[in-house]
Amino acid sequence: MTGQSDVLAEVSLGGRQPDLRLELVSNPVYLCGARELVAQISRRLGFDEHASSQIALALDEALANVIRHGYESREDGRIWVSFFPLAGQNASAAGIEIVVEDEARQVDPLKIKGRDLEDIRPGGLGVHIIREVMDEVRYEKRGERGMRLTMIKRHTPGAGNG
Amino acid sequence: MAEQDPIEVRMSERDGAIVVHPDGEIGYHEAPTLRNKLKVAFDRSPRKVVADLANVDYMSTPGLATLVEALQISKRTKVPLVICGLNERVLAIFEIAKLQTVFTIVGGVDEAVRG
Repeated sequence: MTGQSDVLAEVSLGGRQPDLRLELVSNPVYLCGARELVAQISRRLGFDEHASSQIALALDEALANVIRHGYESREDGRIWVSFFPLAGQNASAAGIEIVVEDEARQVDPLKIKGRDLEDIRPGGLGVHIIREVMDEVRYEKRGERGMRLTMIKRHTPGAGNG
Repeated sequence: MAEQDPIEVRMSERDGAIVVHPDGEIGYHEAPTLRNKLKVAFDRSPRKVVADLANVDYMSTPGLATLVEALQISKRTKVPLVICGLNERVLAIFEIAKLQTVFTIVGGVDEAVRG
């Protein structure tokens, strides 16, 4: 049975069907599983160990931000993570697109930015890390409720697969 | 039933320093356990607190934030904080956050405890 949340998630992806879709609750106990999964997938898509670690770090930071700031540490919110390999030449992927969606509190995407690194204090580093390790990062409101984060990492031409 | 800590954080004492040894990955779920142990270490007013990250194979920003909090306690209490045992993967996140120069980072526990 397709629930209202599933319908919303499908609509928000513009009708695109991801190769893989993960649905989890906003409980931090599942973060380790999500980062292991994305690291494995990244390796299979041809990223080297360093790049795969960075992609896993970005997803981990994104999910932690949704749980902490979006759902304000509530553990019963829903989060969807969709994976799209980017089309490359000769059936190999040119990279990976990861879309993280939630039904949490909406914020103005223009106000989502990493904090000044000169300001040495705990917190606020996650967005900076995501922007630093991924090639493209886009936040947007997801319809009437929730946020969508799209992150893209491409293979680096001429530099192996990192 | 009491919830089990998501990671093991052992504590040892050497030459008046307390060495905190987390074991595993330190993300959003695990960071509070490390935070509690570091606080306990500082509360004992040792000569120095050492965070031995040799058995930490992954760290994200909640782990970094925990260490920044510990650094703030260190400055307030004048008990030095030294970090050691970082592998390349963990050092990378310090560098991305440009925090590698903020902390005293050395190679191993022996060096960290000395001085």
